[in-house]
Amino acid sequence: MSDLTKLSAVEIAGLVASGQTSAVEVTQAHLDRIAAVDGRINAFLHVDSEGALAAAREVDAQRAAGAQLGPLAGVPVAVKDVLTTKGVPTTVGSKILEGWRPPYDSTIVQRLRDAGTVMLGKTNMDEFAMGSSTEYSAYGPTRNPWDTDRIPGGSGGGSAAALAAYEAPLAIGSDTGGSIRQPGAVTGTVGAKPTYGGTSRYGLVAFSSSLDTPGPCARTVLDAALLHEAIGGHDPRDSTSIAAPMPDVVAAAKLGATGDLTGVRLGIVSEFAGEGAEPGVMAAFHEAVDTLTKLGAEIVEVSCPHFKYALPAYYLIAPSECSSNLARFDGVRFGLRVGDDGNRSLEEVMSLTREAGFGPEVKRRIMIGTYALSSGYYDAYYGQAQKVRTLITRDFTAAFEQVDALISPTTPFVAFPLGARTSDPYQMYLADLFTIPTNLYGGPGISVPCGLADGLPVGLQVMAPTMADDRMYRVAAALESAVGTLTPPTL
Amino acid sequence: MTTTLPAYDEVVARFEPVIGLETHVELGTNTKMWCGCPTDFGGEPNTRVCPVCLGLPGSLPVANKAAIEATIRIGLALNCSIAEWCRFARKNYFYPDMPKNFQISQYDEPLCFDGYLDVEVNGELVRIGIERVHLEEDTGKTLHVGGATGRIHGATESLVDYNRAGIPLVEIVTKPIPGTGALAPEVARAYVTELRDVIRSLGVSDVRMEEGSLRCDVNTSLNRPGEEWGTRTETKNVNSLRSVERAVRSEMLRQASVLEAGGRITQETRHFHEDTGDTTPGRSKETATDYRYFPEPDLVPIAPDPAWVAELKAALPELPRLHRRRLQEAWGLSDADMQSVLNAGAVELIEQTVAAGASPAAARKWWLGELSRRANETGVELADIGATPAQVAELQSLVDAGKLNDKLARTVLEGVVAGEGSPTEIMTARGLEVVSDTGALTAAVDEAIAANPDIADKIRSGKVAAAGALVGAVMKTTRGQADAKTVRELILSRLGV
Repeated sequence: MSDLTKLSAVEIAGLVASGQTSAVEVTQAHLDRIAAVDGRINAFLHVDSEGALAAAREVDAQRAAGAQLGPLAGVPVAVKDVLTTKGVPTTVGSKILEGWRPPYDSTIVQRLRDAGTVMLGKTNMDEFAMGSSTEYSAYGPTRNPWDTDRIPGGSGGGSAAALAAYEAPLAIGSDTGGSIRQPGAVTGTVGAKPTYGGTSRYGLVAFSSSLDTPGPCARTVLDAALLHEAIGGHDPRDSTSIAAPMPDVVAAAKLGATGDLTGVRLGIVSEFAGEGAEPGVMAAFHEAVDTLTKLGAEIVEVSCPHFKYALPAYYLIAPSECSSNLARFDGVRFGLRVGDDGNRSLEEVMSLTREAGFGPEVKRRIMIGTYALSSGYYDAYYGQAQKVRTLITRDFTAAFEQVDALISPTTPFVAFPLGARTSDPYQMYLADLFTIPTNLYGGPGISVPCGLADGLPVGLQVMAPTMADDRMYRVAAALESAVGTLTPPTL
Repeated sequence: MTTTLPAYDEVVARFEPVIGLETHVELGTNTKMWCGCPTDFGGEPNTRVCPVCLGLPGSLPVANKAAIEATIRIGLALNCSIAEWCRFARKNYFYPDMPKNFQISQYDEPLCFDGYLDVEVNGELVRIGIERVHLEEDTGKTLHVGGATGRIHGATESLVDYNRAGIPLVEIVTKPIPGTGALAPEVARAYVTELRDVIRSLGVSDVRMEEGSLRCDVNTSLNRPGEEWGTRTETKNVNSLRSVERAVRSEMLRQASVLEAGGRITQETRHFHEDTGDTTPGRSKETATDYRYFPEPDLVPIAPDPAWVAELKAALPELPRLHRRRLQEAWGLSDADMQSVLNAGAVELIEQTVAAGASPAAARKWWLGELSRRANETGVELADIGATPAQVAELQSLVDAGKLNDKLARTVLEGVVAGEGSPTEIMTARGLEVVSDTGALTAAVDEAIAANPDIADKIRSGKVAAAGALVGAVMKTTRGQADAKTVRELILSRLGV
């Protein structure tokens, strides 16, 4: 039998369902792969071998008992460490939660269990999902399997790298400004940010509540769609969760895989043209646009005049919400506590705990957000940013009156060397230039591999209207059918 | 520092008070504001908690619809407008009894706003403007251990109980209330009393100040006539209706003495002390915390359906003040009599007793007489005395039927209060029924006449008043279970008078 770790989720599920292999065998193969390569990648913060094998045995037992297995039963999945897992460490890439074992499962993780998937462990991330390179993790950077001296994107670099390194066929990420899509792009994998409210945030440790969106990561568009279907849909525990039925993303991915985009109108945002993007990235993008045309799509240029304000608006809204969301990390009830020697006051202990527990980027954003929400500054910063958000939403609405979906490069640059942008936060923030507008609007976006530049993967982003996630899967699957999946060099 | 307080009459002659009240009411919903944890008072610390009300990472709030409904009903009862669309907001500050280090509250978009409540003070109606009624969550409770005072200062450790964290809390804020003069303390008390009664009549909270389900902060300022309003202080820890009145009065006296001495009032929070009746400074508001309010992104806006609001409005109970007036008329009571019913906390009890069949006079007699006396003796609320309106009505029906006389009825009532059962059960079990069998009674009368021939002679000779002695004798042999009037008539008829 071929190497189980090289298979897609669909293939694995098929083999398990037909009894050609067992979930335990599949799981063990992935645990072995992790043991072999993760020392070089550092995609995982915690590997739950015992839990994974127990879950796999359960799937095998169900099959033996003649139960009907779901479409992802027995398929291993890696979960970004931003989602709570009952009894399994959840750190959010931060020292402040080191050793914390949540007493409850996030909705996403619960649904993964219900679907019969096998959770291998928790993946590395920029601390509290703040970053675009996974270098801000308190537990060391994750490395890109395409070139281990380069970053795997962020904040969900661990999930994307685990896929590219064949440590897992499926992974969960969370996307606040591009944290699923940008890592997908720079690792040559697929990452989808669902419509905000299409996937539950219950148990997702909050960075920016109005932007955070958990979503699927995979090596193929169909696998991503199947994972999206398994985790998506209304959750009564999340008030911002959408009650309407979710679009049929799996059917859309299958439709797209036929390679026919006749009648589909795709828009290129004129304001993105050449703005800060590397020539290699633009070349790969334009080649992909040609491919999409050949598949039958009609390409038009659309103007989104307010997109240029998206980055500054994002860097007011997200830090403002984070300054409040991260207030609970004070050493009182859970996680790290520093300085509690019996002589210090409560305020001193809280302060020392936060000083020691948070990294520099998290502190920077807490301070920006605290300032932006302060009395006397609120209107000028947070209030103004919310107005920009409304204008960007109007840009999207107007664009979607002309086209079915928008396309762009996912990120302006290919995987950059470790350390290249850590000293200049703004250079790091630019990595999310093309992904942030979607988060502000709340619509879905997907990154799909579209080619290489200097031997490194380039991703194409498809952005669709809210609750039209199916459209982006169709376009992404069509492009994938023409371009194929990208295979990284052997580790 | 309290030695030079001016006389109250002088204070109100020279200054005009402006008061304002902020009241917090814990709603009696079955579950907490954002999660399914129960809300009952008491319980071992940290047993009524879950990831949501502990603010664990990743947890999210989901608004309790029953709490929103209760808040809207309170707003409607206070003649407020109901927002067509409003949001929760985060109030950010660090304190360990706040699990998230922010409180989900409402800021510039309260659910209910711009209403009023009419209260009666000395027979006059005073209209109190209501600024807003909004919904928020309660905090946990901090217990400071090891210090002498129970306050954080000097404590060696602090323990937090999160059972109360996340219980729905309604904040009701009045507009500033000027022009009440010397009556300011009484107006404050009358307002809180009326508010309590309104909320109780809605059935949305048990509004018990002693258990903290009704909490009140009192704002007070003084100004000289014709001048602008003075700087206000906010007095907390005001835990009874009487304290509301005392706190306003005490703060008026204190501020007047400061102003008279040429000083200025500091805008600050002050603590009321039940024992001494005065206030001491708390934290100063001049270096006020910046709460950095912003709309709560984890919750969706509230947009109550106008048709639903109209339904809630139509179904509101009668206002307690109007209800009381109607009862007073129905019961035929003078203002003074009605006031004593109110003071005894007996309005509802009498009303329910009447509804169960007793006459208003009888119901009032039992609740204000025997039962109030016992409640005072044992220090319990009249409503908690152990006798129900239905039982009192049943007792009275036994009296009306001639089965119990007044003295026996009191004995039966003792049994009811002691939990021995219904009046009829107690009467039967203890054999307390009035002896009404005339055969047995006639025999007892004849026996008494035979035993007291000299008294019988006096009666026969026209000294009817002497019959009392024979009545006493008959009552003694029947162990009080006879109707004295019947016995007297029987004695006179047996003696042919």
